[in-house]
Order: sequence, then C-alpha cells, then structure tokens
Amino acid sequence: MIDLAIQVGQTAKPEATLFWILAPLSVAAALGMLLVKKAVHSAILMAFVMIALAVFYIAQGAPFLGIVQIVVYTGAVMMLFLFILMLVGVDSSDSLTETIKGLRPTAITAAVGFGGLMISLLGRATLGRNAVGVEAANAEGNVQGIASLLFSTYVWPFEVVSALLITAALGSMVLAHHHRIQTRPTQRELSIQRFRSGSLANAAGLPAPGVFARHNAVDVPALLPDGTAAAASINASLKARGDVLNSSAFELGNIDTSVEEEK
Amino acid sequence: MNAANYLYLSALLFTIGAVGVVIRRNAIVVFMCIELMLNAANLSFVTFSRINGDLNGQVIAFFTMVVAACEVVVGLAIIVTIYRSRRSASIDDASLLKR
Repeated sequence: MIDLAIQVGQTAKPEATLFWILAPLSVAAALGMLLVKKAVHSAILMAFVMIALAVFYIAQGAPFLGIVQIVVYTGAVMMLFLFILMLVGVDSSDSLTETIKGLRPTAITAAVGFGGLMISLLGRATLGRNAVGVEAANAEGNVQGIASLLFSTYVWPFEVVSALLITAALGSMVLAHHHRIQTRPTQRELSIQRFRSGSLANAAGLPAPGVFARHNAVDVPALLPDGTAAAASINASLKARGDVLNSSAFELGNIDTSVEEEK
Repeated sequence: MNAANYLYLSALLFTIGAVGVVIRRNAIVVFMCIELMLNAANLSFVTFSRINGDLNGQVIAFFTMVVAACEVVVGLAIIVTIYRSRRSASIDDASLLKR
C-alpha cells in the first residue's frame, strides 16, 4: 500500500489526479468544520482532513511523516478530542448565532485578504523552478535519512522536546488535579439530610423514568400517582439535548380504558 | 505536477482554520481549528522539503507534530478545568478579566 503510494507520488500524472481529487475534498471538509453545528461532526471532518494530509505527505516522499500523521494525529489527538467532547457534553456553545455584531463579515473579509496575500507570497517562494524532489535525499530510506538528521544536527532540539513532553504531561496532571474543599459526606449523613429536608418527596431517591408511564424507555418521564409527569425522573442531559418524549399520551386521563369484547 | 499547488492548498487550509478560530464559540471546535492551522503549516514544510530536495523540512514538521501534541494535552486540560468551574465550554463565557 505504502509502496504503491510512493510510486504514485513519483510519477507526475497519477499524483495530479490524486491531488485534484483529495485537495477539493479536504478543503470542503475544512469548510464543513466551520459550518456544521455539532462539535462531534467537526471532529470527524477534521479527522478526514488529517488523513488526506497524510496521503499528501506519503505522495510527496515523506512516508514516515505520513504514518506519524495517522498514528499521532488521527489516532491519538483526535481520540483525545472525542474523549473531551464526551466529558464536556452538549451545551449552548454549539449554536452558530453571531454574538458580536459584524464579526462574521469582518472575519471573512480579513480571511480573503490574508489568504490572497499568503497564496501570492507562497507562489513566489517557489521561485518558479521545478521541485528537486526528495528521491536523492531518500536514497538510503526516508526513516534513515530523518534519523541521521535528528540524531546529529537536531539532537539538542530533540532533547529539549523530550523535556517539553514531560512538562506538558505534568502540567495537565496538575490542571486535572481536584482539591476537595469539604470532606465527602458519608451515606449516613446523606440519608439524614434527605429525611430532615423540607419535603419527603425525594427521601426514597428520584423516580426512575418510564416506570409508571406504561413505557420502559429512559426518554419518557415517570407518571406520578395523580397521572401527571414527574419532571425529576428524566436525566438533565437528555433534557438539554431535547431528547424527551412527550408523555401526555400515557397520562391517566388520556388512556383508553374501554374493553372490547371478543366474540 | 507543480509542487506549488500543495502550497496553495496549505494556505487555503490555514486561512479556513484562522476563520474558524474567530467565528466559532465552542472552545473545542476553536482548538480543532488551531490544529488545522498547524497541519496546514506542516504540509507546506513537507512541500518545501520536496522543492529543495532536503529532509530538513520533514524534521521540522516532525517537531511541529510533537509540539502540537503537547499543546493539545495542556489545552484540553485547561478546557476541562474551565468547564468544571463554569459549566460551559463557550469561549464567550470566560470573560472574568473584562470586569
């Protein structure tokens, strides 16, 4: 597979085909990242852009970086993003409404100017000459070439980077550390608190969803003895997502209790 | 094929990432847009390495990846810490210094 990709990269025509298929797709995915509402969908589009970039790396004679891109970015970094998305959950920050007046037109105008400047400058940076290609530098193999540079010219930055990695790991541990201000209440204290509080409604715990609603789904509120829906029985995050089923069909007054006799 | 096309693609992706940082409000999406900008810069490093026939660009791109990984770890830890105290991942809500 990688050999095939390297061969594709070395010949002119297939590489152009690869580029003109993948480049518009990755630009579309990047634009989609800005336009989709849910953060999870953005994460999936981001993973697509990263994989497309890995293919471009392999096509340009950097198979080591292409593999590292897939393993580190799509494998580790995107998984981290998805974990945090699961932890943080869904909230109002997903909405696409503009909070600062005139921000969007300004941002898009500035981006068009900036992008035009970058494209014109980068076009000049190649000086109009053809690419030398990394075939000569990769003669002993791409990994060997990078290793000999990394452990000779760049050995000092390499060591500094290891210190940076350790610092980052320590820093995130310090940030994630959580100091408890009060002592954790014991079960006995919690129980006493439940019975001494104003109402005894929650003394036996919150009602489970669906139990008295003739329905066993978690998105149906339980019914109280008088036939009304118990709002406390639904998980708050289900409510925030708007995934709650209307229980009025199951309420006592609306149930058809007539019995049809069979002959 | 002209290698400059890759540079144009990387400029485009970088610009899209910059717009995302400005217009999105969810801190995690903003962070992903920063990753997109880093990735775009990496693509131009690899392309310059090919244009010059020299592996130095690829080594720099490798270092960028390591730094990006560190940045993600610390940044996400900060987002989780802010979420824990303010119950919100919106960057508009973290405006304590304004008052």
